[in-house]
Amino acid sequence: MGREQRLAQVFVELADTLVEEFDVVDFLQTLTERCVELVDTDAAAGLMLHDQRGTLHPVAYTDESARLLELFELQKGEGPCLDCFATGRVIANIDLTAASNRWPVFTRAARDLGFTRCHALPLRLRRQVIGALNLFSIGTERLSEDHLAVAQGLADIATIGLLHERAARDQVVVSEQLQNALHSRILIEQAKGVLSARAGTNVEGAFRLMRAHARRTGSLLTTVAEGIVSGAIGTGQLQDAPRTGGAG
Amino acid sequence: MSTRVAEILSAILADSRSGIGLPASLVGMCARALPVSGVGLALMTDDGPAGTVAATDGSALELEELQFSLGEGPCVDASQSGRPVLQPDLGRTGRERWPVFAAGAEAAGLAAVFAFPLRVGAIRLGVLDLYRTTAGPLPDDDLADALCFADAATALLLHLQARDAGVGFPFGSLPVFDDRAEVHQATGVVSVQAAVSLQDALLLLRARAYADQRPIGTIAHDVVSGVVDFSDDPDS
Repeated sequence: MGREQRLAQVFVELADTLVEEFDVVDFLQTLTERCVELVDTDAAAGLMLHDQRGTLHPVAYTDESARLLELFELQKGEGPCLDCFATGRVIANIDLTAASNRWPVFTRAARDLGFTRCHALPLRLRRQVIGALNLFSIGTERLSEDHLAVAQGLADIATIGLLHERAARDQVVVSEQLQNALHSRILIEQAKGVLSARAGTNVEGAFRLMRAHARRTGSLLTTVAEGIVSGAIGTGQLQDAPRTGGAG
Repeated sequence: MSTRVAEILSAILADSRSGIGLPASLVGMCARALPVSGVGLALMTDDGPAGTVAATDGSALELEELQFSLGEGPCVDASQSGRPVLQPDLGRTGRERWPVFAAGAEAAGLAAVFAFPLRVGAIRLGVLDLYRTTAGPLPDDDLADALCFADAATALLLHLQARDAGVGFPFGSLPVFDDRAEVHQATGVVSVQAAVSLQDALLLLRARAYADQRPIGTIAHDVVSGVVDFSDDPDS
């Protein structure tokens, strides 16, 4: 499949989730995964949202390493995601070996995890910044302008998704939306633990099984997580190898 | 945990030294802080309402008991969906949804109900219900504050559950909303190893952390990485 075709397919997929049953965490999780895929780089992505009380929270991430780095930035109070959120500006192609003056602690932690470059894109809503989409990449190649435009496009879609959910509910304050997103996230983590113990795998492996099952059955990740926790989805059902390969 | 939640918890703890029970203190403080006429705190299980923990007044208690006996109402829906159920005008919108409950609420003189689920991921603990004798929505700032009371109530129910199980750790000694994913992953692992519910698994983790005097995040890490196993836990 050509790149443009795949790009169109991803945008249709994300637009579809806006009209069907909508779940914030599921939507943002898919979005971060597609972002990594579309920028053609060995990268990890994470997405953080602001709770309007001065705190950012990691809500979706493709790898544990992305979440760890985001939490690390929050703890140490320095890093590209925080700067992107504070200024509303895109931070692109930062060479982690050359940025130690700017973020001494963060750059060391990111390099220790094997990353060489970082990028951060703001989730903008008019003049407000409501979060940031962060990419940590491996390798020496820079992200092209095209790739950055795609990533910013995805960040904008994330904003639209969040607005969409607020509009669809009677009265939704931002803190309620975030609180719900965090609880969906907790549910997914609980399910990862349950599945890893049942299937005798690690939590990352359990998460891969859950994502594959959600994709294969067209279910929300949170629905799969609920099914695992309640026992409605048995371990055997999840261990079937995916029938189709490819980028999906 | 936000500073507002911590503030609420320390205020009800201070209250309890003067002999008021923690749940009564929480619903009382919530009713005073927000433009509502009554507040109720109810336990919920996956099967439905499981009893009232505290209520500020007779009508709040009546309403909690009504939902308990009917098995229908805003608190049931809030718990099942995991999202707040906001009914600013019960007379207009509640009758179709909960015919018997709406009639009972009206008879008790109540016009608006706001129900907040108390949960930790898949663990359903209870619901915090706010009632008002006049119709109209809760302003956004009050809604945000109500969510903080709901977080505090979640912490409180986890504490009461631990106390009932005979795990006497002091109130507020452990953070409830630990941001670390590993605590929730470990909860899932322990629930399978010890063959208990997620709720009990979280309790086992907290009890172990308290007994060993180690942070819950450290225990959780050991569970997830397979160093600690709860399969033969004598407490389970």
